[in-house]
Amino acid sequence: MGYIAVRGGAEAIEASIERLKYMRLRKGRILEVAAIEAGMRALIDQVMSEASLYDEAMAAVSIKQAEGSPEEAVFLMRAFRSTLPRSHYSLTLDSRDMRVERRISASFKEIPGGQILGASCDYTHRLIDSVLIDESEEEASQWVADYLSPAEDDRSAVAHEALGAPLSAIDYVRALGLLRDRPIDDGEPRDVTKRALEFPASRSERLQILARGQTGAVTALGYAAIRGYGATLHPTVGELRVGLVSVYVPDPFSTSQHDDAEALGNAYYVGEVRITAVETLVPVSVRRGPDKSEIEFELGFGAVLGQNETKAIAVSLLDQCLETGEKRYATQDEEFVLLHVDSVEATGFISHLKLPHYVSFQSKLDSVRKARGT
Amino acid sequence: MRKKLYNFAFFDEGSKREVRRAILKAVAIPGYQVPFASREMPIARGWGTGGLQITLSLVGRDDVIKVIDQGADESVNAVSIKRLVSGTTGIATTEDTREATIIQSRHRIPEAPLVEGQILVLQVPTPEPLRFVEPSEYATKRLHAEKEYSGAYLALFEEIMKHGHVSTGADHPVTVEDRYVMAPSPIPRFDNPKLNGSRALILLGAGREKKIYAVPPFAKVASLDFEDHPFEVESLVGKRCRVCGATGVYMDEIVDAAAAVYQCNDTSHCDAVLKARRAAFDGEGGAA
Repeated sequence: MGYIAVRGGAEAIEASIERLKYMRLRKGRILEVAAIEAGMRALIDQVMSEASLYDEAMAAVSIKQAEGSPEEAVFLMRAFRSTLPRSHYSLTLDSRDMRVERRISASFKEIPGGQILGASCDYTHRLIDSVLIDESEEEASQWVADYLSPAEDDRSAVAHEALGAPLSAIDYVRALGLLRDRPIDDGEPRDVTKRALEFPASRSERLQILARGQTGAVTALGYAAIRGYGATLHPTVGELRVGLVSVYVPDPFSTSQHDDAEALGNAYYVGEVRITAVETLVPVSVRRGPDKSEIEFELGFGAVLGQNETKAIAVSLLDQCLETGEKRYATQDEEFVLLHVDSVEATGFISHLKLPHYVSFQSKLDSVRKARGT
Repeated sequence: MRKKLYNFAFFDEGSKREVRRAILKAVAIPGYQVPFASREMPIARGWGTGGLQITLSLVGRDDVIKVIDQGADESVNAVSIKRLVSGTTGIATTEDTREATIIQSRHRIPEAPLVEGQILVLQVPTPEPLRFVEPSEYATKRLHAEKEYSGAYLALFEEIMKHGHVSTGADHPVTVEDRYVMAPSPIPRFDNPKLNGSRALILLGAGREKKIYAVPPFAKVASLDFEDHPFEVESLVGKRCRVCGATGVYMDEIVDAAAAVYQCNDTSHCDAVLKARRAAFDGEGGAA
């Protein structure tokens, strides 16, 4: 008996879905959504960022349903996101108004306002901590209580002071006249989720797409840029900030066209989001005459939802690359970069190769046979 | 929870209107790829999200939907899409081409002739017929605007030079209403002639590439070819369906132990032919 063209697909699908559920539950343990939300901060931040949907609770459910696969969790979040009406755009968020949790500069030893290391894996040794195998909730609660006890300095308040818009490291370079600034564009951004991207893309569209890009894809392209396929000189992180920014939605009946004080006065506070914002200084060579060239700095900017530092830095590098736009480098070709970093698009098209293709394959076979005369 | 989370036909009404606006523009400019704000769907990009968005934006409570994948109603992805549409709308589904008001299909146009009032929604992986000639979207948009299609013809010409004939497989490009060159989606060449003067409205959706385009009813559609190398469909000579005995329809080649055997690709058509033969047989008093 040969292969029979598949019928009964409905039952087979049902069985496969059941099997998937079994694989999630077979060990008799349930991951509590609250535990995911509490203990998987990094994954939740990654999923929210790639999904471009800031909702920790929904991200936690998605991670549970996806058995921890970021690709699948982002997919669930995106599909949910596309059913939500998009009624408002917030006023511009200025990352200088951030309630800072972490703020570092690699360009200067001291920066105005000081370096705040905050919570980071950067200073840990990556040794698996076997103590965590048997960590108990009692111990954890006790540790937290001790950590926050008044005897220690006021840790609960650490870094929750607004910076009060201090000078940033970037302002210093700017004051020295070494920074080539890009023109400020405070126009209404084109929402890439409401209008299909057309080329050439605006900077706002690029930054949106990079911000929702797959962490690994954005990181890989940013890495390629600084290894020689893009940025030619070594860039430096001018400033990296992680913290909470307040989101305001303008009064829909307001006639104000701009994000000015009046608009803010009439706006509604809708909550706050944690973001990572990065300004990178990229040295570029500028010709000043027939045989004279000077070094100047260009700014790369990246801002992403959640604490996603590697991704945010990579976004800032690619921002500078795409502004430069020399197509001999793939990382400076906006069609190459912007059309290939989206998780849902890339994983979807790759995985569609698993679908049957026998009609198109048959057609190709016909052509091949015709060519060979068989 | 799910019931409360999602609207009729999944999308919020604002999103449906946006997609319908793109569809209207596509119908007004036959063969032109209209960019649209393609949403993420509960099925993966590349698995028919363009077609699905069209279907969900159009579907009403009285519609009857048929979904086929590579000609088959019961192919896994067809079943999955059908479940999603009926699951979020509660509308009836069918396998009978004639009963359906909306037919979503991947890589086939059904064998049964479509009629006025029906809508065929084709899923499209690569909407740009010039993509393999020119990788840049910016550049291909200009080529279309200027009706500069020598690259497309040159690609066919090169195939003739190399292989002695045009060796495109599925997705052989067509010209719509003497204006836009269009990718018909990877339907076999056998299905290309069905696009010409179709009585049904044909909508093509590419979710990942964010394009919708259309062949309105009775539009003129011609497959790209040369006078001395006319367009040819796949060879059907000597092929007969081993199940229903049909000839002259697109066949799947079934890999069997000894020789190649053939079977109707369109499973619904195969069933219909079988039923008709059974009825005729019964009518003759042949069956007990």
